[in-house]
This record gives sequence, structure tokens and C-alpha cells, in this order.
Amino acid sequence: MILRYALLPMLCLFMMACGSSQSKIDEIKARSVAAKPEPMSYEDAVKDWRNNIGVGPIKSIELGEIDQELVATGFDAFDLKCTACHDPYKEKIGPAMLGVTERRRPEWIMNMILNPTEMAKTDPICLGLLAQYNAVMADQRLSEEQTRGILEYFRTLTLEN
Amino acid sequence: MKNSIFKIAAFMIIAIGGGYLLTQCGTSSPDKGGGVLSGSTAEEVFVAPGELDEYYAFMSGGYSGQMGVYGLPSGRLFRVIPIFSQDAEKGYGYNEETKPMLETSWGFIPWDDSHHPELSQTNGEIDGRYVFINGNNTPRVAKINLTTMETEEIIEIPNAGGNHASAFITENTEYITASTRFSVPVPQADEKIASYADKFNGVWTFISFEEEDMEIGFQILAPPFNWDLAHAGKGESHGWMFFSSYNAEKANTLLEKNASQLDKDFIAAVNWKLAEEYIAQGKARDMQVDFRNNEWDESTQMATSHTRNTVKVLIPEECPGLVYLLPTPKSPHGVDVDPTGKFIVGGGKLSADMAVHSFDKMLKAIENEDFETTIDGIPVLKYDNILQGIVKQPGLGPLHTEFDGRGNAYTTFFISSEIVKWKVETQEILDRVPTYYSVGHLMIPGGDSRKPEEGGKYMVALNKITKDRYLPTGPELAHSAQLYDISRDKMRLLLDFPTVGEPHYAQGLLASRIKDKQVKTYLLEENKHPYVTDRESRVKVEREGNEVHVYMTAIRSHLAPDNIEGIKVGDEVYFHVTNLEQDWDVPHGFAMMGATNAELLIMPGQTETLLWKPIKVGVFPFYCTDFCSALHQEMQGYVRVSPRGSNVPLSWRLGDDTGGADPAP
Repeated sequence: MILRYALLPMLCLFMMACGSSQSKIDEIKARSVAAKPEPMSYEDAVKDWRNNIGVGPIKSIELGEIDQELVATGFDAFDLKCTACHDPYKEKIGPAMLGVTERRRPEWIMNMILNPTEMAKTDPICLGLLAQYNAVMADQRLSEEQTRGILEYFRTLTLEN
Repeated sequence: MKNSIFKIAAFMIIAIGGGYLLTQCGTSSPDKGGGVLSGSTAEEVFVAPGELDEYYAFMSGGYSGQMGVYGLPSGRLFRVIPIFSQDAEKGYGYNEETKPMLETSWGFIPWDDSHHPELSQTNGEIDGRYVFINGNNTPRVAKINLTTMETEEIIEIPNAGGNHASAFITENTEYITASTRFSVPVPQADEKIASYADKFNGVWTFISFEEEDMEIGFQILAPPFNWDLAHAGKGESHGWMFFSSYNAEKANTLLEKNASQLDKDFIAAVNWKLAEEYIAQGKARDMQVDFRNNEWDESTQMATSHTRNTVKVLIPEECPGLVYLLPTPKSPHGVDVDPTGKFIVGGGKLSADMAVHSFDKMLKAIENEDFETTIDGIPVLKYDNILQGIVKQPGLGPLHTEFDGRGNAYTTFFISSEIVKWKVETQEILDRVPTYYSVGHLMIPGGDSRKPEEGGKYMVALNKITKDRYLPTGPELAHSAQLYDISRDKMRLLLDFPTVGEPHYAQGLLASRIKDKQVKTYLLEENKHPYVTDRESRVKVEREGNEVHVYMTAIRSHLAPDNIEGIKVGDEVYFHVTNLEQDWDVPHGFAMMGATNAELLIMPGQTETLLWKPIKVGVFPFYCTDFCSALHQEMQGYVRVSPRGSNVPLSWRLGDDTGGADPAP
């Protein structure tokens, strides 16, 4: 307590004595108190999934008929970069992928793959999943083309497969 | 009671602290080198949290055999690049992939003494591709890639002893030089040491760098002096290489006294373009030697050690015009060529004055065949005919000179512990600053190239003695570097910072040249390692006799497989661990209990191999050592080791996935 009183005049003295060293210190202070907006709750966000495209490079996707070539690209990329943590049909480190296209927007799925680090900071669904699974999704540096392929592959997942 | 002690303490802090601050600001205390505590000086080296440095400095680790990567002006250490010494922290020289990097004609050598880093150049300017460095003890030169900051190649230098004048480069990195500090019989032979003057030789080695691959281009036989340092000509003197020497006395015992007799020793001027012509004419002799060239292949992520058996050697007597000797007072250490290439500065460490030779005058003296004598068939030029001027009584023990590109030279003085700034053209002394203590080399980023960075902004003194500059740590103290501002007329000390090993010499460059070229991950698709496991579905464990190969993967936060059974005492187990991550800054470590080598530290997309030889029956853990995620502590596994001859079948498991025979329930 007393020490705090002692340090205050010390600091003043330092500033008086050495003049112009405030600019950088102020800069750092300003950076360290950037405000964070309150995210939506996970439950509300899951209900509202149709309005959530996530954050990342993908702003809108038109889905057509299943493109088998894209599915093949997607299968290869998923097998190489994702299967250490995701099984198509059952929970592994992360959730099963079966039915994901029925519960998330295609844009959200692609942004989750392409931009997982930012998603884990701001997206309310991603934040909720992080809490459930206790594991961050790795950024596996997939290309947009590979990611689009993975989305197409996810669309083909059914229990009959 | 407690309170009143605090009050007194608080008062004392205010009183003493305030008084101290008042005396510090504005005035400069010579011991602290100009008030490092003052606000303005502190700001000049202050890189705020989250901000980046302006410069990279690559500082030799001296007898650690490695190289430190620092930021300037902060003096922060970012990385120690393992080069000539094993590094247990990174697995370098311990894992199966990098062991061949340390192979030599003497076998596997886990250590060396690294002195002089040198950045690659194009047109005499730093180009940000590579940094080279010498190994002194078992003569070698290494090449480090500046996009990965990894050692990519090491070449051994045959016919040499003590590779000190190295690794200096020509202005388009045509050659990297090496030379002999300790002359030896060439070829090596069982000679009397007393026959030194007659039977021993030095060599000047020119390592070629075609297609970014080091090969011994050629060697030139040199008189048995101690060849000490080197620098290439530049601009108009491009095509020449200058090597300094001491021990023109050719002494082989008590050099401290016996090699300090003559008033002048020599700088050798070697016309390497002419050497190329002589080689084209077939003048070189092919000599049978034995040395290694070790190369790292990024696609297979493996090093290979190649044995080489011949080298081309030129003999000066048979090649007129190839070499001239420039008499230089006295036992010159550094030989430094100014950015214009016109002046050659010899740091005569036992001389009161410092000689500056003129390249133009040297050429004229050669043209006029104005020779004093010849030594081993090499013409000796007349000192007075090549001298541009002398720096008169600049200090005690001049060693090395660098330049700012504005016509100024900066020379270190070891004995008088100072750096002196002088004008190259006139040799007029402009300024001097103390160093703490006993400065060896100095470094101005780009200060030995044609174009010092930003016209010379910072200078680093690389000191040999630290004494009272840091908190003491027993008998062994941290070595020290000091940062100076040289952008104005007067040099100013800005910062002291401790270094790894001995900061013998250093090179620096603007961070912007290489910062954005840094490799972040290795692509799994491009991993051609013979034991890669590029996805978890390919995990397996295979036995070949008593060799067991574990194809393992690592990703946050599990190792696959994590249960292995059927290993037996006496097996040699190779863990080939592939890091499946593709994100920046997610290495995984791998440690196996009882491993007699080290850990693995595997970068994203990379495969590394640890050899483990179990000698005990039991169940032993392995785990990830590099804190990778919140579940890092869970990243672990077990190996069950059964007695030799046991019939436990080989099997593995990860969660529900199993392989081999079913593990015992």
C-alpha cells in the first residue's frame, strides 16, 4: 500500500526528469485495452445458424448438383489433412461430419476450414464447440479449391454410405 | 512497526531514485556510456511489445559452434541456429536425419568453433539468400538458408589446419574462401615439427557456389605463415581476394614471442580470376585428398554425407601473376576493403600506426615489376609504393575495420578497448568511443559490402571481456555485444546485450529483406521422406529382424499410435514421427524415456526419426515436449517392452483404431 504511494511520485519524477518518453508507453496502453464485443450465446447461435456465414474469405456460395470431380478432390484433402481429428461418421477429437451441411451454412463450413484461428476468437458457434470439445481446430492451410471440394464431399455423406 | 519500515523505505526510494535520475538525464556518465538510462537513449533501442526490430543480426556463437539470430536495435535473441555442434534441444545431430551433417573425414564430430558469418551478395550488395560461416577446428564451411534459418550444407576443407580466414565471399558469391591459420604438411605426412619452415604449407581455398551448391573450386598453395583473415576486392578490385597473415617468421613454437619479431608481415593479394584461367589452361594439379560434403535435402528432409577425393591445387611459382605479397605492419589481423574497393586496410595488431594500401598503386607496382624480393616464388611489393597513407597512432591493438558507405571507417582497438572513426581518403581521425571491454570484431549491417545498409545507422561492438557489465554468474560470464548509433558525427553507445557463446563476428541486414520470405510450414504433400506418414490412416508398426519401424503421426493433441506392444529387449526401435500440422508455429516434440540421444523437435509437415534401444523389460512412456495446446499434457503414449525371445505379438492402438495383432486385453 505504502509502496504504491512511493512509486507514484517516483513515476512523476521520472517523467519530469526525462521528458518525452510518454508516446510509446501511451501507445502500448491504448493497445492493451481494446474492447471486445459480447458474443451471442451458443444456444442462440445454433438456432440462428441459417444467418451465420462465419468470418473468413467466403462470403457466398451457390450449391448446384453434386459435382463428383469436386467430391474426389475433397475426399483426398479430407483424408490427408483432417482425419487425424475428424471421422466422417463418428465423433473423434472433433465432431462427426455426417449431416454438417444440414446444420451449418456452406460459407460457414468453408470459413471454419480456411480461417479457424479467427473463427475461434469471434464466432459464437465455434466458441461453443471449442468449449465442448476442448480442442482448437488446426489451420491445415487448405486451398479454397480443396475446401470447396471438402464441402462437396460432406454433401455426399449419408448413413447409407 | 512494519509500516514505518515501509515508510522509510519508500522515502529512501524517492530520495535516492530521484537524485539518481536527476544526475542521469542530460549529463552523461562515461562508465555507463552516455546515460543509457536517459529517456531519449532508451527510446532509441526500445522496441515496444508487439513491435518488430528493424534489423536482423547473425552473430557467430564462437566456441559454441552455432550462430545466434538477434534483432537490432533491441538486442533480443530469437533463435540459435545449430550448425557445427549437436543441439539436443532441436535434435540436431542427434536425430537420424541430421547426423550426416556432422560427418567429417575424422568421423562424426559433435562440435566446432565458428567465427565469421558472411551474408551472400550480388553485385557487392547483401541479397538475403544465405549466410555462411566457418568451422575453425576441423576446417569446414557451412551454408545456412535465410528462409528456413537451417543449415543446408557443410563442406570440409582438405589440406588445411585451423580454418580462420573464412567464410568470406566474393562480390557475387562466386566463391566462399577458406584458409589455413595453422600451416601443416601438404599433403599430410609424418614430418618433424621442426621442419615447419621447409615442409609445411598453408592453402587458400576457393569454394565455388554454382547453382547454390558448395564445391571446392580450387586451392592455392601458400607460404607457411598463419593466414588469419580475408576480404574480397569489390568494384574495381573485384577479381582479387586479400588474405592477412602473421608469423612471416615461420615459427613453430612460442609464437607469442617468435612470431612477433619482424616489423612487417604480409597481406596476400590473390587474383582469383587469373586462377580460373590457369585452371582452364590445365595448370592445376589434381591432388588426392579425403574430405566430406554434407547436404541437406529439403524434400526428403534428410542429410547425406558424400566423400570427395580430389582437389585442384595451383602452385604460385608455376602461375606468374597469381599472388603478390603486400608488406603490412605488424602482424596484421583484419584485412578490410572499403566500399569503393580502392583501399585495403590492414589492422596491424602490434603496430602503432595503421596502414591503408591503395589498390591502384598496387596495380601500378605490379605493372612496373617493382618487387622487393620473392618468397616461395611470390613477388613481394615495396611497402612505400603501395601505401595510400597511415592512420597515425589511432589506438592500441587495431584489429578490424568496417565502413558506413559515407567515406568513414570504424576500427576496433583491442588493447585500448575503443572504436575509432576515421576518414578513409585522408586517414584523419574523427571520433573515438570506449567499448566495454576489449573489442574484437565490429559489425555495421552491410559494413563489409559495397553498400552498407541505410548509409550506416547502427554499429555493434563484439567484445571479448565482460567483467562488471552484467550481474555476475560465477566464474563464467556472459559475452557481450554493444550497440552504437553511428548516424551522426559522434558515435553514441545505446545498449549492452549478452550473447550466446562468443559473439566473434557478425553480419546484419534490414529485416525487410528477409522477414516476409520466412518459411512457415513444410507442405505435407511435398514431404518425400522415405518414412513419412502423411495421414493417420497410414500409421503402422513394422518389424524387420530386430529393427522396428514405428510410422507415427503427431497433431494437437495426440500421437498415433499411442500404445505399442511386442517390442523386445535388444530391439532397435526407430520412431519416424510426422507432424501433421500445417499451421505456423506448431512444432511437436517427441521424447522417449531412456533414449540415449535427445528429443525430436518436428516442424509442421516434417518427419524426424529417433532411434531407441530398449535395454529393460517394462512399460515406458513417450510424450510431446513442445507445449502445443491446452491438451498438451494428454499427448502421450506407452511402449511395452517384453523379454528377448518373448512371444508377445507386435501390435499398436490409438483409441478404437488398432493394428497388428489385437493388443492384449
